[in-house]
Amino acid sequence: MQYALLIYEDESAAPAPNSPEAEQIFQRYWSFTEDISKEGVNKGGEALHPVAAATTVRVVDGEVELTDGPFAETKEQLGGFYLVEATDLDHAVSIAARIPAAETGSVEVRPVWDFSSEQG
Amino acid sequence: MHEHRRAIEAVFREEYGLVLAGLVRYTGDLQLAEDSLQDATIAALGSWDDGIPDNPAAWLTTTARRKAIDRVRRAKTLDLKYQTIGHLDAGDPDPEPVYSIEDDRLRLIFTCCHPAIRPDARVALTLRTVAGLTTPEIARAFLVPEPTMAQRIVRAKRKIRDAGIPYEVPAPADLPERLDGVLAVIYLVFNEGYSATSGAEHVRTSLTSEAIRLATTLNEILPSQPEVLGLLALMELHAARTGARTDVEGVPVLLPDQDRSLWDHDQINRAVATLDRAVQLQSPGQYQIQAAIAALHAKAPSSEHTDWTQIADLYQSLYRYVPTDVVRLNRAVAVAMSGRTEDGLTMVDEIDTLDRYPYFHTTRGALLADVDKVAEAIAAYEVALTLIESDAERRFVEKRLTQLRSP
Repeated sequence: MQYALLIYEDESAAPAPNSPEAEQIFQRYWSFTEDISKEGVNKGGEALHPVAAATTVRVVDGEVELTDGPFAETKEQLGGFYLVEATDLDHAVSIAARIPAAETGSVEVRPVWDFSSEQG
Repeated sequence: MHEHRRAIEAVFREEYGLVLAGLVRYTGDLQLAEDSLQDATIAALGSWDDGIPDNPAAWLTTTARRKAIDRVRRAKTLDLKYQTIGHLDAGDPDPEPVYSIEDDRLRLIFTCCHPAIRPDARVALTLRTVAGLTTPEIARAFLVPEPTMAQRIVRAKRKIRDAGIPYEVPAPADLPERLDGVLAVIYLVFNEGYSATSGAEHVRTSLTSEAIRLATTLNEILPSQPEVLGLLALMELHAARTGARTDVEGVPVLLPDQDRSLWDHDQINRAVATLDRAVQLQSPGQYQIQAAIAALHAKAPSSEHTDWTQIADLYQSLYRYVPTDVVRLNRAVAVAMSGRTEDGLTMVDEIDTLDRYPYFHTTRGALLADVDKVAEAIAAYEVALTLIESDAERRFVEKRLTQLRSP
């Protein structure tokens, strides 16, 4: 089954872009992504811009309302995600634990709804 | 007739966990397995009137498998979705089992105690599916309204299905940690029954025997695990003292004052033999250490003739595995009992996180009374009184206060 691995980290603690620290983290993500692709479990994923670039959309009484910023102000922010194919939760957790952010922030493991199996 | 019905129900209880575990592998779905077993027990009530079959587990398994296939066929037409229809082999209703019954039970235990399930739900689910207790029984034992407990179990089962928690024994690399989780669940069940922090004690003591039953089963299917043996020994050593732990009015009697002839010495000897087997495997752990402490108490002829120095050392070892202030408190008591009351009292006073813990204050009270600081002892017991929830324990502290106030 498929799982989304949602990466949460405190943006304010992130190293400056192009710093050696940032370069090192980028390298770790690059090799992790390469590894899970070789294992055949990588089904996609993206890194996200910081929440300063976020816009939240609601439709209220037919009117589109925009709010500058994320859906909720929290200590850790959604910074990116992977979509992986795993045999079960234990497998998904073992992949999630290899994401660098698991050491510095947290990774939420969410099963992806499989609508194709619902048709019977 | 009534007796016959009771015999049937005893068989259900005895075979439940075993039959269910096999059905979970067969169907791949805990809910479907439970529903089918429920169907089979209803069928059994009808057809066992002439006598219980020689192998009731096999009868229930075969019947439940047919019921599972019926349910899936019906579910398809009702547009209910059991995601695991592929598991069922309708053409061959009774294939040779690929796995042993022990494998099935072990898998189910690890599933119910999976760390992705909330701790209170792990306990409830284990009692329901592995021990075969009914939801009302579990609700009563944990003093929770029945709908709350039912909801807790339903949510846990949904989490297993939707999150894809596997029915697998963990990989060898993960086994020690996951086994710790299973043992923690079993010990929680035991303590819930043993300490009975509030009301309805008679219902809750059955939890202690359920916990021992679970550990015994675990030891049968996963033998020679030192910590499984250690936990089993620990629980049996505690349980052996049950008869002496309260007086006729239900007021707790502390260890030094207990009538040791009321202890179950056969059970103590059995537990010590179990602990010896664990220690021979030469891989210490927190349950073995706690069992060793309990064994020193159990084998001592009296409180004065207890090897308190060794107990203090064992608490120090335990602190490496369980670094909590409760362990420090117990070590301080052992030090005080070994004849170094002042040292023990100093160690108690160095602990500053247990203000809300009634036993911290009753311990201080007892040690202060021992060194004749009566006013301070009274003050400590008075604080304890504001924190205690159980009536029996409240009566105990009030008794101590009366003694101290009228020397």
